[in-house]
Amino acid sequence: MMPSNIKTFAAQVRLEALRMVHRARASHIGGALSMADILAVLYAPGGRLSINHADPRWPQRDRFILSKGHACTSLYAALGLRGFFPLEDLTTYAQSGSPLMSHASHHVAGVELSTGSLGHGLPVGCGLALAAKRRYELWRTVVLLSDGEMDEGSNWESFLFAPQHSLDNLWVVIDANGIQSLGDVKDVLDLEPLADKLRAFRWSVIELDGHDHEALYRALDLEHAPMSGRPTVIIARTVKGKGVGFMENSLEWHYKSPSDVQLAEAIAGLEGDLHA
Amino acid sequence: MRNAFITTLMACAESDSKIFLIVGDLGFSVVEPFAKKFPERFLNAGVAEQNLTGVAAGLAMAGYKVFTYSIANFPTLRCLEQIRNDICYHHLNVTIVTVGGGLGYGPLGYSHHAVQDIACLRTFPGILMATPGDQNETIAVTQALIRYDGPAYLRLGKGGEPSGAGECSISDVGIRLIESSGDSILLFCGGLLGFAAPLAKACHAGLASIPLWTNDERTKKLIQDFVAKYRRVVVVEEHLAAGGFGSFVREALESKPHLQGIVRCCALDASVCGQVGTQDQLRNAGGLNIDSIRQAFMEN
Repeated sequence: MMPSNIKTFAAQVRLEALRMVHRARASHIGGALSMADILAVLYAPGGRLSINHADPRWPQRDRFILSKGHACTSLYAALGLRGFFPLEDLTTYAQSGSPLMSHASHHVAGVELSTGSLGHGLPVGCGLALAAKRRYELWRTVVLLSDGEMDEGSNWESFLFAPQHSLDNLWVVIDANGIQSLGDVKDVLDLEPLADKLRAFRWSVIELDGHDHEALYRALDLEHAPMSGRPTVIIARTVKGKGVGFMENSLEWHYKSPSDVQLAEAIAGLEGDLHA
Repeated sequence: MRNAFITTLMACAESDSKIFLIVGDLGFSVVEPFAKKFPERFLNAGVAEQNLTGVAAGLAMAGYKVFTYSIANFPTLRCLEQIRNDICYHHLNVTIVTVGGGLGYGPLGYSHHAVQDIACLRTFPGILMATPGDQNETIAVTQALIRYDGPAYLRLGKGGEPSGAGECSISDVGIRLIESSGDSILLFCGGLLGFAAPLAKACHAGLASIPLWTNDERTKKLIQDFVAKYRRVVVVEEHLAAGGFGSFVREALESKPHLQGIVRCCALDASVCGQVGTQDQLRNAGGLNIDSIRQAFMEN
């Protein structure tokens, strides 16, 4: 049964991500907000990832790779909220000398792979999943991609590879917010029909609303993986900037940082969920 | 050299269950015995070097000692960023093994020539460069790489190279003095060692190789100390002059102006790029031959 705290955890992730981006005058808040609900289902206490904040390198942990490393504020927030490091460390985000650089860094406790250049996470995830398979170990690997990132050919090499090697211990979540750096995905390199493509690549495909916690929780049932020989890809249809009205579905929030007034407005909008 | 590598790897894999070999759909008549004997630690990743290299990183993160293997241009240039970000930045236990380093696949054309690989890879912090000169050095270097915990690049010839010097043991980075003769010496980097002994004699020079090195201050100090012992050191490598080992030697001597005049570098001129021919023909075309090496000893 889905834990009741996921909605609040997602709002906390959004709140901390907004504060980080505002403090550092940094970019990429839109993509951080679009994936906050996916991270909440994975990282909230009782969530789907089997992890241990007291032992981030616990050998039997599930591995999570954020391939869209530019959106790392939400991941850092989730890890800080789960106690992987003191929450106040988030205030050092993007500061000189801080391990919390503005693309995902493996120098941060709980981050498996430094990313930033797109198309790197899934091949590494395939290697992790293959290692678990070859050694008959039960931990799972989850890789979160952006839809814009699907332009990278390396991902398609991996989409061929994973079913070939029966990696049914591998989950890919595509944060399909429909907007990439310079325009809508459909106008840059249209991915559709994405579900059909991935089915043709012999993946188990689940398409869902990426802000529907119940649906995400059902789809990410890592513990009860089907022994199908097929990896699972979840196409999570999301809204860029989700949770902050004036940021939603807007390309400019791939780049802009909120002003003091905008931050206050954004936080006010989260109040209901923060205290749900 | 490639057979010496695979034989050594197989011997070590008997007792080291972490050794894992990944090939990029290449290695016919070389890798099959490993695949047959250790199927759970062998993978043909297909013609997909970016994924191959990422998979190697993932396997290494999970505790394997991974060796990737292909013709020299493919698992290096095609996936350079995966090597830089995924393997080297995370200091993972992956050795990229290439065959045909230099012009070994000369007749196959420029696509299969690897004459910029050292220039690209040596600049990645933390990578160990393995450039054995013959079969014996290949065996010793492979054993050293298996003991090493971190990223490495092993550059091999295509096969059929003449034997060079005798058996050797290599445990660390360093210049291997093979033969002393007077106050001048040939310093070989890579698979030309089998051709070196008669060449050294003809030039009345000693002979040395550099089978294992790093692009850092440690190797720079070794080079400075080595060069200081001679009146003339001629560095020979089958790589473009720009960015290769000879270029690194010059960088190592930047702070030692009194040593700079001692060194001459014999490497390939960029005019070789795009030409097709046998390995020997292409060496000549690139200006890497006996005449150019002799000339290097005679220059003031």
